[in-house]
Amino acid sequence: MLRQAADKVMTGGLAVEAIDLVKDFGATRAVDGVSLAVPAGSIYGLLGPNGAGKTTILRILLGIIDPSSGTRYVLGHRQPLDAAPEIGYLPEERGLYPAMQAREAIAFMGALRGVPLGEGRRRADELLRQHGLGEWAKQPIRTLSKGMAQTVQLLGSIVHRPRLIVLDEPFAGLDAINQGRLEELIRREARAGATIIFSTHVIAHAERLCERVAIIASGKVVFDGSVAEARGRLRPIVRLSTRETDGPWRNAIPSSARREGDEWVFELPEGGPEPLLKALIDGQAGIETLAIERPGLHDAFVAIAGNKAAAAMAEEKPQ
Amino acid sequence: MMRLLRSAYVIGRRDFSATVLSKAFLFFLLGPVFPLLLGGILGGITANVTSKAEQPVVAIVSSPTEFSRLASAREGLVDAMGESAVVRLVHYAPDRDSRAQQRSLLASRRPPFRAVLTGGLAQPHLTGAVGPEDPISAQMNLILADARAQEPQSMSLALTKTASDRGSEAQDREQTGQIGQMLLFFLTVLLSGMVMSQLIEEKSNKIIEVIAAAMPIDALFIGKLFAMLAASILGIVVWIGAGALLIQMMSHGGLRTLPAPAIGWPGFLALGVVYFAMNYLLLGAVFLTIGAQASTVREVQTLSMPVTFAQVVLLGFAITANASPNSTEAIAAAVFPLSSPLVMLGRAALEPDWWPHLAAIAWQTLWVTLILRVGARMFRKTVLKSGPRGKWWRRTAKASSILEPLS
Repeated sequence: MLRQAADKVMTGGLAVEAIDLVKDFGATRAVDGVSLAVPAGSIYGLLGPNGAGKTTILRILLGIIDPSSGTRYVLGHRQPLDAAPEIGYLPEERGLYPAMQAREAIAFMGALRGVPLGEGRRRADELLRQHGLGEWAKQPIRTLSKGMAQTVQLLGSIVHRPRLIVLDEPFAGLDAINQGRLEELIRREARAGATIIFSTHVIAHAERLCERVAIIASGKVVFDGSVAEARGRLRPIVRLSTRETDGPWRNAIPSSARREGDEWVFELPEGGPEPLLKALIDGQAGIETLAIERPGLHDAFVAIAGNKAAAAMAEEKPQ
Repeated sequence: MMRLLRSAYVIGRRDFSATVLSKAFLFFLLGPVFPLLLGGILGGITANVTSKAEQPVVAIVSSPTEFSRLASAREGLVDAMGESAVVRLVHYAPDRDSRAQQRSLLASRRPPFRAVLTGGLAQPHLTGAVGPEDPISAQMNLILADARAQEPQSMSLALTKTASDRGSEAQDREQTGQIGQMLLFFLTVLLSGMVMSQLIEEKSNKIIEVIAAAMPIDALFIGKLFAMLAASILGIVVWIGAGALLIQMMSHGGLRTLPAPAIGWPGFLALGVVYFAMNYLLLGAVFLTIGAQASTVREVQTLSMPVTFAQVVLLGFAITANASPNSTEAIAAAVFPLSSPLVMLGRAALEPDWWPHLAAIAWQTLWVTLILRVGARMFRKTVLKSGPRGKWWRRTAKASSILEPLS
């Protein structure tokens, strides 16, 4: 009784809480003191290049592996498997039994989470119909296209109507149309009250979907907060082109400014746009174009995770 | 516990239907035809070798003088035929109740007498499950003739044939036990490869991640093991049905001609099913654990050979125990969990007691549970790379220090 009470800790509106998680694989430290707090009902993104430790963190949160040290609470449970019937999971490496019919595969995944087989089949038919795969319900998985099979597995991860959905690189391998459908499905599940955690190395998805993100680099959380907070870490960027190449106006440009073609690119100075504009006009810069850009999540990522991590992200093909 | 069993049932149901409803299962049903043929041939050779190796023993109820004459006559025959080819003689002084003594000797287990000679040299009378054409009668005739060579009057050996004796009964039952053990052995050999590759499908399809996130690995192991057991039992029902029909058709008198086991046919068959299940579960749990470490079909195939040889060693261990079921070796083989089902089935053919079987089944069940727990833990540790860092004693010490303030 006491143990049950100790195991099920109320975590105050958090669907998932991780405290100082560490995971070593031999001499390699894959996760290094990660702490996360995922609010219930939010869409939460784990952002980072391949090999940053995102999948390992998700596997620890799901109870597939135990951490070397640290604690995690998932839907109030210290042991994630105790909350398994309320969790949906789409792993990074997709997998289905090739000989199984699509509806049976979804029903089987529901049964793994406690849904009776008959009810699972009924829900599978409904979900397949909703996602335009009704005609494929009784076809073996091996006859489905990769995108279709991926959709079947995704439907299998939500067939039991989970409170927490964990998606590891869910957009990988999908074409643009299916990526759009998946984004819509994620939003719909979130509207229905589910908490969604997904990992990605494509910043655009996180930017469009997430309310909160954790940026992971080399097994560490280097940022955890809202997308606005991440962007707020950077000052807006000024892009300026002038007729004059030199003159008193140059004093208005910070020393860190860099040239990109004909443009000067620099962070908006502390005082804001008005003093800058005045200094440029008074200094007779001959302004041709002046643009003040709000920084994107990508810029925030570069600033937070560093150029090396950003370069690793850039090398990976967006799906 | 209920959740574990429910999860195991989900896995078991999927595996059972995927196995039984596949076309490959038909080939699986035909599989035993080939090893059974081989087993039949090998069994024939073994029986031949065994019959040659076993030396029949005859009890001689006579005076010491007469026995010494018989013994020296036997020595003459040994010189001509060799020690192992000649019947062994054991002397007993006559009791007052000669019939009771005869019955007691024929019922003896150590040694198991094939026949008893009474009446001395004057009126020799051989009683036992031996006919006039039997080599034992022929040899006794020669020995008696030689022993009486100096006596002028002719002698003829009177013969009383009994239905059976302990010696021949024990041999027959041992044969029944061996047939049962061979059957168990071949079935396990046939099925072990299947168990070893059970987790390859999940690992190569990456479904293992979904399953491991939804249920304890123990449930996965239990589900897979019992699904394969159920599929195997289905196969065995088909094979036994076909086999019984074949025996019925091919032997004169059908199944009734097989030697009856000591525990009786119904008990022997029931124990056969139980020991098959236990043998399968024990070896299956070990093979599942070994197979779970393999990543590819090739690795499983590489592991299959040592596993098959290990099974042959276990069979040899069990068959050795049949010769004397209460010897230290036999008890050791019955206690060693992986040979226990084979040994105990052999024992069921030879000994009528039930209690050792109940104890053995409980013991074997305990070991199935232990092996599955260890297997699941190894899988989590080595395949899923799970678990805390550091040595276990350090972790225990750390855990104790954390718990102390709470207590």
